[in-house]
Amino acid sequence: MLTKDKAGEIFDKIKKHSSADEVEALFYGGHSALTRFANNTIHQNVAEEHYGVSVRTVFNRRTARASTNKLDEESLKRVVQASESLAKVQQPDPDLVPMPNAGEGTRTKQSIPKRHFDQTAAITPDQRALGVEKMVAIAKTHKLTAAGIFATSETIEGISNSHGLSDWHTQTSSDISVTMLGSDSSGWQKANSPNVADLDPLALAETAAKKARESASPREIPAGKYTVILEPAAVLDIVGFMFYDFGGMAILDQRSFLNNRVGARIFGENVNIRDDAAHPLQSGVPFDGEGVRRQHVQLVEKGVVKRLVYARATAERMRKSEYKDRVGPIEPTGHGFPLPNEIGEAPTNIVFGPPDQAKTIDEMVASTERGVLVTRLWYIREVDPYEKILTGMTRDGTFYVENGKVRHGVRNFRFNESLLHMLSNVEEMGEPVRASGEESFDMVVPAMKVREFNFTEVTKF
Amino acid sequence: MKQIADWALDVANLRGATYADARVVDDRSRALATKNGKVGNASDSESLGIGVRVIANGAWGFAASDDLSRQAVEDTAARAVAIAKASAQVKQQDVRLAPEKPASAEWTTPHEIDPFTTSVEQNLDLLFRIDKELTSVPGVTLAETNLNFRREEQWFFSSESANIHQTKYSTGTGYAAYAFAGNDIQKRSYPTSYGGQWQNKGYELIHELQLVENARRIGEEAVALHKAEQCPEGVFTIILDSSQLGLQIHESIGHPIELDRVLGMEANFAGTSFLTLDKLRKLRYGSELVTVVADARPEHGPGLGTFAFDDEGVPAQCTPIITNGLFTGYLSSRETAHTIGANRSGGTLRAEGWNRLPIIRMTNVSILPGKNPLSCEQLIADTDHAIFMQTNRSWSIDDKRYNFQFGTEIGWEIKKGRRTRMLKNCSYSGITTDFWNSMDAICSRDEWTLWGTPNCGKGQPQQVMGTGHGAAPTRFRNIKVGSAYKGN
Repeated sequence: MLTKDKAGEIFDKIKKHSSADEVEALFYGGHSALTRFANNTIHQNVAEEHYGVSVRTVFNRRTARASTNKLDEESLKRVVQASESLAKVQQPDPDLVPMPNAGEGTRTKQSIPKRHFDQTAAITPDQRALGVEKMVAIAKTHKLTAAGIFATSETIEGISNSHGLSDWHTQTSSDISVTMLGSDSSGWQKANSPNVADLDPLALAETAAKKARESASPREIPAGKYTVILEPAAVLDIVGFMFYDFGGMAILDQRSFLNNRVGARIFGENVNIRDDAAHPLQSGVPFDGEGVRRQHVQLVEKGVVKRLVYARATAERMRKSEYKDRVGPIEPTGHGFPLPNEIGEAPTNIVFGPPDQAKTIDEMVASTERGVLVTRLWYIREVDPYEKILTGMTRDGTFYVENGKVRHGVRNFRFNESLLHMLSNVEEMGEPVRASGEESFDMVVPAMKVREFNFTEVTKF
Repeated sequence: MKQIADWALDVANLRGATYADARVVDDRSRALATKNGKVGNASDSESLGIGVRVIANGAWGFAASDDLSRQAVEDTAARAVAIAKASAQVKQQDVRLAPEKPASAEWTTPHEIDPFTTSVEQNLDLLFRIDKELTSVPGVTLAETNLNFRREEQWFFSSESANIHQTKYSTGTGYAAYAFAGNDIQKRSYPTSYGGQWQNKGYELIHELQLVENARRIGEEAVALHKAEQCPEGVFTIILDSSQLGLQIHESIGHPIELDRVLGMEANFAGTSFLTLDKLRKLRYGSELVTVVADARPEHGPGLGTFAFDDEGVPAQCTPIITNGLFTGYLSSRETAHTIGANRSGGTLRAEGWNRLPIIRMTNVSILPGKNPLSCEQLIADTDHAIFMQTNRSWSIDDKRYNFQFGTEIGWEIKKGRRTRMLKNCSYSGITTDFWNSMDAICSRDEWTLWGTPNCGKGQPQQVMGTGHGAAPTRFRNIKVGSAYKGN
């Protein structure tokens, strides 16, 4: 592993080679492995180890970045020169702010839970294969075919700048995803945790197999507006498409669906959302692309958009902008991406607030006269950026619910649904859990029962 | 590099691998971008490393490292073999590779101007000139431009004695104008959306695209869309411009013909395919006018899927995918070729970089242009009533690749052979084979463009790959239009 001390030595060399006014280095890398299976066979099985450094230099409000995974002295000298060459030919950017100093970077130092587990870091290919073998055995028991992954990693991220700021984060991660396939149906489950001991491959495989079995011989029911029960992974993947609009830069660029909507109630009163990197069910780095520690930010309270997140330069710009009195509190929140970038910032440690009365999925089904239970959504894309209409498909376990019971599997639907509409129509919610999908970053979300969800077409399976 | 690869291959052999290959890749890229008159991005990146792929005990293992010291390379090869032996604990049958004569070759993407030799200052100046044209249009609220270069040098060696040194260049550029007013955000892009046009060629691409010359029109169209009428809902004849057709090919032909998807190997993530093996040479995929090839050969053009050899040393080939409407071929690899009765791989295995396992990827999956001369204007003149849709805005398709929905940035109503009112928020949807069977006209070679899709995601861990799609403006009958906005 690249250690913090070794990174410090590399940064000393970078500073030695640089003639810039300011210099910053981001360190990244680690070792990771992924065992992939399909047709009840491990068909791909990979591991890698790599480390890199990304150097940003600044000359009189002009900045650029160069990155390399070659950490010898000559390569470090060259990457510094590459960054400086790209910076020097630019015109000064009046909105660029000086790099933060150590005090500014750690002004909000939330303690985060342990996110590095030795057992996860040390897992072997044989141990992953054993986990896969157990899932495949369940598939065979149910006369199904299993496909999926068992992945683990140990990663580092660090930052140092010439104003004395320095921060470092190590963490482990583990993922299991499993799809069980029948002749005309499928079921899916996925889980992720910094601690591999939290993952239960048998339980995931059994649940996926149950979905595949119970959705066999799917029937076609017509498209239209239905009450839907979205499992947490389905909620995660669809709501994830709105959070890049919660950055101050998105408002300044007028590309956000929150333009003219901050302070307004745009969702139901039961919707509360915050960004909280320190939440026990969250994971990830506790500082942003400039090394500023992430703050807890209440984004939505009782359906009203209360706050946005800001990188340092965006906050400066917003304070001088025509929007300054219409966007709530303005301050750097530790959500900026590494500079230079065009996006600015975004909240990526999303935590939904718990409902007053959490319901289980079984309870949501029991209270539903006619509806659709959705395991997972897929290939979600934005149709309309301001009304936040998204399209996509259901996948791997879609069921018809009638008179309080799951009746049978149904052919998958295409939806075209506005998030403004969806999050205004949440009738019931579960307890928020750490969920993992494929279309968005992991977050802490509840299952939701939503009325009038807009299915527009039915596919052929 | 041969010595480094030999360290890996020797250790793999000693540890019990029955097959091994090693790819050393030196990757370099540059990204420049502007936003509303300021630099949005200016960055360089380089990455060097080795990936070792082995078969041991009849199963695959892969390990990669960016440490090219002898000890690290040998450890990486040993790790690959250990991983393969772990894989063998959960297998149904041994991996079989179709035979391939080992090649010894040198190849570089044909290019006139190495983009890395061009001036950063002049490139930023070009982007600022485009930006100025876009933002000079009243109502444009956001202007973004980008310019990207990549050079990927690869040395491939195998235990079968292949020795291939290949250097690929790619260049990409594009821009977009956004207009926000009232309750509506509209956008126009050039040459197409989501990063613009990308090809495997040098800086000469930039000179060919008339970037500055088109910028004001693009800005004006973004603003004009606010006054345009909503695209109607119903069943219509549609004409797609070549860039939108390129994405339609990517999603509804390119992905379903990937043999790994068909065989269930991508079932957990990217999905499977409706093109089960029984459909080969039996399914009528499209109308008689639909002829599609997967062609990685340089003579097809400078697409993002153009190369001399794939990443397991198989020479570039042209595979007939759809021939006069009949489904005739899959994208295959050495491992999967036998499943379709082929005695050789179709040469489509590619990896994002040194640290990724090569998987089946589209090469240049292109529809061939019409044989009779037909310009886009002539196609419009030949159409009584239709909606002409340009430039992708949204795209989505199910995990077997049946049901799709696309949105475009702009549309035009065609009436009695003439382009009339502008339409906003256009979308169309359908079932793949129904759609391709409804095609009744395609423009000829003069209107055919080899588009690049630089951001195709597939695999676990996910890999992003560039693919090419040759396409010309095309007409389809009885297509469902406008359902994206239905009910909202």
